[in-house]
Amino acid sequence: MQPFVFERADSPDAALRAATAPGAASSALSNPTQYLAGGTTLLDLMKLEVMRPRTVVDINGLADGALGRIEPRRDGVRLGALVRMADAADDPTIRRQCPMIAQSLALAASQQIRNMASLGGNVLQRTRCAYFRDVSYAACNKRVPGSGCAAMNGINREHAVLGTSEQCIATYPGDFAQALIALDAGVEIAGTDGSRTIRFAALHRPPGETPDIETTLLPGEMIAGFDIPLASWMRRSLYLKVRDRASYEFAVASCAVALDIRDGTVADARIALGGVATVPWRARAAEQALRGQAIDDATIAAAADSAFAQARGREHNSFKIALGRRTLARALRQAAAIEI
Amino acid sequence: MADRILPRPGSSRRQFLVASASSLAAPALAETLTAEPARAQAADPRAPLGMTLNINGRDRRVALDARTTLLDALREHLALTGTKKGCDHGQCGACTVHVGGRRVLACLTLAAATQGQAVTTVEGLATDGELHPMQQAFLDQDAFQCGYCTPGQIMSAIACVNEGHAGSDADIREYMSGNLCRCAAYPNIVAAINQAKRVMKTAMRR
Repeated sequence: MQPFVFERADSPDAALRAATAPGAASSALSNPTQYLAGGTTLLDLMKLEVMRPRTVVDINGLADGALGRIEPRRDGVRLGALVRMADAADDPTIRRQCPMIAQSLALAASQQIRNMASLGGNVLQRTRCAYFRDVSYAACNKRVPGSGCAAMNGINREHAVLGTSEQCIATYPGDFAQALIALDAGVEIAGTDGSRTIRFAALHRPPGETPDIETTLLPGEMIAGFDIPLASWMRRSLYLKVRDRASYEFAVASCAVALDIRDGTVADARIALGGVATVPWRARAAEQALRGQAIDDATIAAAADSAFAQARGREHNSFKIALGRRTLARALRQAAAIEI
Repeated sequence: MADRILPRPGSSRRQFLVASASSLAAPALAETLTAEPARAQAADPRAPLGMTLNINGRDRRVALDARTTLLDALREHLALTGTKKGCDHGQCGACTVHVGGRRVLACLTLAAATQGQAVTTVEGLATDGELHPMQQAFLDQDAFQCGYCTPGQIMSAIACVNEGHAGSDADIREYMSGNLCRCAAYPNIVAAINQAKRVMKTAMRR
């Protein structure tokens, strides 16, 4: 680990000022100052020397304020960015009103990590691509722009089949983000010039030509919270996660589903796919395929096909296309069967 | 390793190894250093950072490199080697301790970030020589083989019960999944937690 200056921020303003010092970089990730919340991604990657900040600003002291609270809103709930995964997963309101959110958190990581990791940090967790995490591999466009991609023709079983580019096929590893993108959550972002709110779908950038720039956060900006719109029909929702072992593992394929079923037909559907794409992935084509239809074998198959119509497999990960379709199909059947 | 605290004279294998490996005897230097309560260290990131850690009910003043994890602070600077280093990357759970009453991974926690919070390690469980019910249950149920993961298992298991996540065997397995055991003592670990949770509940009712 490279040496760094450690600071503890006692107010949001102090944190933002510290992180927007002169010399700030072009993207939030390359900023020489990084925020420390749970540290479960940051310290891991600092030990691996994948991330080498010169200053680390500990923002955990800000959890006493709105950043650390779960607050009901008129049409939903606001989750502060410093709420811990374990606390949101166990929140009775979230568990009842939108099981998909609680399940996406409870099925992620381990209880120790869920006790540590903040919701803001969770959505910013970085890929588990082994070529990205191991600096002894020279070729990684995400870690060293322009250096190539060792995964493209390497061991790419864990890599993405959706949203890939010629520069990067690294999978976005998170679960909670799938619930947020499915529900079209808002992301409140704090900066020195005030705060702004964007849709969750606008937070992550597909790799394209610049896989090193992962989000639309500017250097020094901080996620303050998430605004989640909730409707009563979202009690019919779930998060299904398929992985290589039963617990404490990243998704090989996962699916966040919420269904609004009225008089036997789908009035609205929200679907997001994890483990298979380079960024949090909303399957809008699959949602569209279901609207106005009854849930049966034929409509489920059509939705699953449309979700993966653009998928591109490589040497070791083509199985994810079939697995992803089946994961979505199972999630739709289970969601349709939920009594609400 | 000039700031390593040498253990008191004793006869353990580890103490012998530590004493042999360290040519510079500087007993308790880390504890005698006085330093500012650290909000920010000087501009030199290599300068030691003075901090007070509360470990097992006792304040410990230390001056550490900012990079020092809670795990390394415990093991290398405070001679508390009960907490084990497995993967050092948050994948095995061997380093599980309690910070502010919650189970966390000491390997992914900066020591400096725990200031102001109570840290409990496996050394802090026994009272007046009597083992914690979970420690006793691990012995009774033979819930280990080599024992390396055991301190982390025990710290995690106590939290699992206190969180209310030990209701069924399936719950225990799910909420203990962050603690790997290469000897695969899992069935006996589940049995130990089932034994201890009854004792812990009785103790809480009293």
